[in-house]
Amino acid sequence: MITLAHFIVLGAVLFSIALASLFINRKNVIVLLMSIELMLLAVNINFVAFSRFLGDVAGQVFVFFILTVAAAETAIGLAILVLLFRNRSTINVAEIDSMKG
Amino acid sequence: MELSTSILLTIALAPLVGCLLAGFFGRFIGRAGAHTVTILGVALACGLSIYVLYQLTAGGASIYNQNIYTWFEIGQYSAHVGFLIDRLTAMMMVVVTFVSLLVHIYTIGYMHEDPGYQRFFSYISLFTFSMLMLVMSNNFMQLFFGWEAVGLVSYLLIGFWFKRPTAIFANLKAFVVNRVGDFGFLLGIAGVLYFLGTLDYATAFSAAPTLVGKTLQITQNTHWDAATVICIFLFIGAMGKSAQVPLHVWLPDSMEGPTPISALIHAATMVTAGIFMVARMSPLFELSDTALSFVMVIGATGALFTGLIGIVQNDIKRVVAYSTLSQLGYMTVALGVSAYAGAVFHLMTHAFFKALLFLGAGSVIIAMHHEQDMRYMGGLRKYMPITWITMWIGSLALCGVPFFAGFYSKDAIIEAVGESHRWGHVYAYVCVMAGAFVTALYTFRQMYLTFHGKERFTVVHDHGHGHHVEHKDDHGHHEPGIMHETPHETPWVVTLPLILLAIPSIVIGAFAIKPLLYGEWFGSAIHVNEANNVLGELGKEFHSWLGMALHGFTQLPFLLVLTAFAIQTYIYLFNPSVADRIKNALKPIYSMLNHKYWFDAVYYIVFARGGMALGRALWKGGDAAVIDGVLVDGSAGLVDRIAGGVRRLQSGYLYHYAFAMILGLILLLGGYWLVGQ
Repeated sequence: MITLAHFIVLGAVLFSIALASLFINRKNVIVLLMSIELMLLAVNINFVAFSRFLGDVAGQVFVFFILTVAAAETAIGLAILVLLFRNRSTINVAEIDSMKG
Repeated sequence: MELSTSILLTIALAPLVGCLLAGFFGRFIGRAGAHTVTILGVALACGLSIYVLYQLTAGGASIYNQNIYTWFEIGQYSAHVGFLIDRLTAMMMVVVTFVSLLVHIYTIGYMHEDPGYQRFFSYISLFTFSMLMLVMSNNFMQLFFGWEAVGLVSYLLIGFWFKRPTAIFANLKAFVVNRVGDFGFLLGIAGVLYFLGTLDYATAFSAAPTLVGKTLQITQNTHWDAATVICIFLFIGAMGKSAQVPLHVWLPDSMEGPTPISALIHAATMVTAGIFMVARMSPLFELSDTALSFVMVIGATGALFTGLIGIVQNDIKRVVAYSTLSQLGYMTVALGVSAYAGAVFHLMTHAFFKALLFLGAGSVIIAMHHEQDMRYMGGLRKYMPITWITMWIGSLALCGVPFFAGFYSKDAIIEAVGESHRWGHVYAYVCVMAGAFVTALYTFRQMYLTFHGKERFTVVHDHGHGHHVEHKDDHGHHEPGIMHETPHETPWVVTLPLILLAIPSIVIGAFAIKPLLYGEWFGSAIHVNEANNVLGELGKEFHSWLGMALHGFTQLPFLLVLTAFAIQTYIYLFNPSVADRIKNALKPIYSMLNHKYWFDAVYYIVFARGGMALGRALWKGGDAAVIDGVLVDGSAGLVDRIAGGVRRLQSGYLYHYAFAMILGLILLLGGYWLVGQ
């Protein structure tokens, strides 16, 4: 029997993986975008699981919103990425430190 | 009959108008224009002052006391510009404007080569205005305004030749020393306002008796008598302005200024402002015997000891300057024994004969082409007879020879001191008596060195007038004892004031003594307690000016003058080498007098250097180290260091920021969870 706990654990694991990749990744900005996407998916799994187990459809509606926003966000993120590459000729995260104090 | 406000305003403002015209438009109206407008202004003031005096004396005019303009109001107190014109004021106005007028005329001759001609006329007219505001005032505030204004003009005029370092030093010294006095004066005025609640003369004086018994708490158990504190502080102001020991050091140095202002400001009028002020405040001073004793002792010390310095001076103007200090001491002694009328009387006679002596000295200086050292003069009487005779008149008046003006005022002061029983009267009596002898010593020495004996200069007709013209801008830098042309009598603009001053120097004493001293002429202007009324005691023995003068021939002061005359005649006319032998025999005393009792040296070391050291310590230690180093730079440095540490956190790496966010989130949630437990 698959319980709510399984879903939540899956969500938490996915979120943690995304978080870890956010920190550990030093190479590629695209990986950052992917890990943010993964975080959102982890959250989506939570929404769907709660929606299913609590019998409330609103959670699933929320997922659609999140997917839409995530798509838009990724599009913008990729656009920024292109500009970044044009200007700096690199997408290496370790080299992007112009905010340094 | 009431005096008209417009006349009084004209008296005060006419010199101011002259000053502004000569000062701001001097270039357009030229030299003749400048002296014409200023002389017209002062002549108008002088004429109207004489009219006012006449109205008050013979015309039956009542005392004028009105506020004319409200300057400002602060809370309960409002400062007015107003005039109080009684006989004391009117007399001062006449003395000030008359001497000022003559000095204006004299200046035409004395300054005719000077490039700052218009500026000079502007200044002396400004002085006349300030002095009139001072004497005509009906409240302490305006008195203080006039007091500071005359101080300012004195500063400007001592430093008139501003390219001379000595003149700049002297005017700074005068200004700084006067600040000390003014500080006391201001405290005195504050005391009046605190205890009497008003700065108006009439109100304050009528409320003065309420001061009796009031005290000022200094510490837990120390209470000072209010009247004494107020009077001593006011008198400290007078000590600065009237150059009393120990604040006298600025007056001899003020001789760096042109001679006309030495006559006007530093002999006849401004330095007597302190005397006038104390006489005006007589209702206050009468409340405190302590303060009057203080006044008397200070005055007596000045009367004798500054006169002694005059004996060893070689500069013709400095002799007169020390004599002024000594005579101011006499006036102060008279104030101290409650003989206010005697002080004011001596002030008046002194104004005439001392202005005469100064202008005479100036005339000699013109003739000698700005040589002031008496060691290079001598025998001038045949070259400049008018100056010679008028200066003898002034000198005899100064020495107090019977029938001359100075005799009446000085003798009255000496007798008043003898009559007094105030604490310290024996010391004061000895001082003023010995002072009479000393006065005669330096006066006759000066006259003999200047006008009599052998000529101690040689006339060298080298290349005519050219050399002289070349030197006209830096006076006193030529070789001493060498003249390029024979000295000659000065022009009429110089000698006329001498003659006009010589007349009152002879007659004013005999003419004025009876009403001024013994005739209640001053009326309510001067208030003397019955117990202190030494002049009243003297008045019982007084019959006429003639009798007093004849009696004077047998008195000790005249015998002292005669002795001094004999000594100096022997030394300087018959046996000049005696002077040097006396000098060598009394080396320590000579040295002490020549160094002016080391007042200047001590002040220089203690106050000037001490002030400098204190300033340097505050600058280096207080300002540079504490304020700048710790407070300003220190706080900025602290912020800089903290920011420098904090900015290391800003690595610029995205994953550091993300980590910080997550960490923060975990901490917050963890904390929330812990609290929930």
